[in-house]
Amino acid sequence: MTSTTSVPVLRPQRVAERFPILQRTVRGRRLVYLDNAATTQKPREVLEALQRFYSHTNANVHRGAYTLSEEATAAFEQCRERVAQWVHAPDPRGVVILRNTTEAINLVAQSWSRRLAPGDEILTTEMEHHSNLVPWLMAAKERGLVLRHVPITEEGELDLAAFRRLLSRRTRVVAVTGMSNVLGTIVPVPELVEEAHKVGAIVVVDGAQLVPHQAVHFGQLGCDFLAFSAHKMYGPTGVGFLVGKPELLEAMEPVLGGGEMIREVFLDRATWNDIPHKFEAGTPNIADAAAFPAALGFLEELTFEAIQAHEQDLTAYAWERLAGLGGLTLHGPKNPSRRGALISFVDEHIHPHDLATVLDTHGVAVRAGHHCAQPLMRRLGVVASVRASFAVYNSREDVDALVFAILAARRFFGLA
Amino acid sequence: MGSPPEVPLDELYREVVLDHYRHPRGREPLARVDVTAQGFNPLCGDQVEVALQVGEELIQQAQVLSRGCAICTASASMMAEALPGQTLAQAEQGAEAFRQVMHGKPFPQELPLGDLEALEGVKHFPVRVKCALLPWMTLKEAIAALRRGERRAKATTE
Repeated sequence: MTSTTSVPVLRPQRVAERFPILQRTVRGRRLVYLDNAATTQKPREVLEALQRFYSHTNANVHRGAYTLSEEATAAFEQCRERVAQWVHAPDPRGVVILRNTTEAINLVAQSWSRRLAPGDEILTTEMEHHSNLVPWLMAAKERGLVLRHVPITEEGELDLAAFRRLLSRRTRVVAVTGMSNVLGTIVPVPELVEEAHKVGAIVVVDGAQLVPHQAVHFGQLGCDFLAFSAHKMYGPTGVGFLVGKPELLEAMEPVLGGGEMIREVFLDRATWNDIPHKFEAGTPNIADAAAFPAALGFLEELTFEAIQAHEQDLTAYAWERLAGLGGLTLHGPKNPSRRGALISFVDEHIHPHDLATVLDTHGVAVRAGHHCAQPLMRRLGVVASVRASFAVYNSREDVDALVFAILAARRFFGLA
Repeated sequence: MGSPPEVPLDELYREVVLDHYRHPRGREPLARVDVTAQGFNPLCGDQVEVALQVGEELIQQAQVLSRGCAICTASASMMAEALPGQTLAQAEQGAEAFRQVMHGKPFPQELPLGDLEALEGVKHFPVRVKCALLPWMTLKEAIAALRRGERRAKATTE
């Protein structure tokens, strides 16, 4: 029996050739871009799609009865359709096109909290990005809600026993990340959803880090809302999505009022448009949304099968090289199958900002700071860390460049 | 294309800077504390604590504790060394002059700022300017508190 299933292989150097920015130098060195969890670079087809929209199609959407406006509307709605297919959303009407993940979470926090009563509880976690903490803080303050936080284990995973303890009949919302932007931890969302739904809570998933790295199936994830951004998955900045169950979106009040979101307006009252438009007040980011399907096409061509194999291999390699250096504390789960494509670390002697500055002189771009997760940093007992995060165009050579630059920094500060 | 000039690393971390970073000065406790201020940079978590002993408008002794990067630590150490013997007005003037240096003004040779000139290169690294300024902003808050008749103050870079 000869079944030759060909597993697609990703060749990062070939992929990198498709990104114009990766051809530039920084301080005379080849750019080694390792801040992909903040935003990814854009392949040529996305840049061309943007250029094409503005030079060929540009007009406002859902307005004029003329060719350009119809084409622009079609391009914008095509983005919605593609995103709905991408995450297997039950209905494109359940895809709200917004600016970013943060805006999507704010929409749910603001609107859903109006349906809650003082004393109702929101359960979130210690490892959230500020974008999945602060909107709930604001809603809690306004509505008299109680915020609770699921702690993490020493390994940097969500403490599931504690989650079960904290979950109660009072819990109305569980807000959780799909993958930590600091620890890389992949959260078992379906398990959480099952428990949360038993007590009648809705589940909101911050998918900013998860959706760019693996095939996500909205129904299988089971959550009620999923938020993510185009710019972390090779698409343009300024476009993000809230994918929600249509019946829940229908029950929610809009947060922003203005054009597009209305059906009929009188001087003393107004009625709302259908979903998703009632959440899309004002002129949206048409061009960037219209260009995003090109990024999805790029991902589709590479396949998540190949992307995941590549990113897991690279992350495991980076972990091994960084751990092998000694003097570094690496955060988050060690097992590469339980973590995403990023590693945060702290050097025993060199402050993250000093390290990032020296790395930059070697062309290596990393993030240094609190990564918009101050509560998590406090839990880890550090004020800042360095984060290297990987994407489809990163190679083992990039990891070697990172390691070389860390050694150079140690020599520079007289610590080697 | 408006690329920033490629300033070498040792323009940022001059030998004097690295020396202050490795052996920070002015950490000894004061005989008497007249005012303290805590400074915080929420971006990187760097912390500075300034304590002053003041008599007749004159800074007699300064203690500057810092927890942060090389630039912040060196700046705090240089400040601690430069402050004793300055009047409050001179210290404020120095803090303001250094802020302007970080935004491109020439270094004021006439002011008694000690080794601080070695940090001039930080101006070529915009994201690091706040690191260098944190101790001096904290000092300004300490002096302002003292003038209000208070003994404690807080400063933040954001």
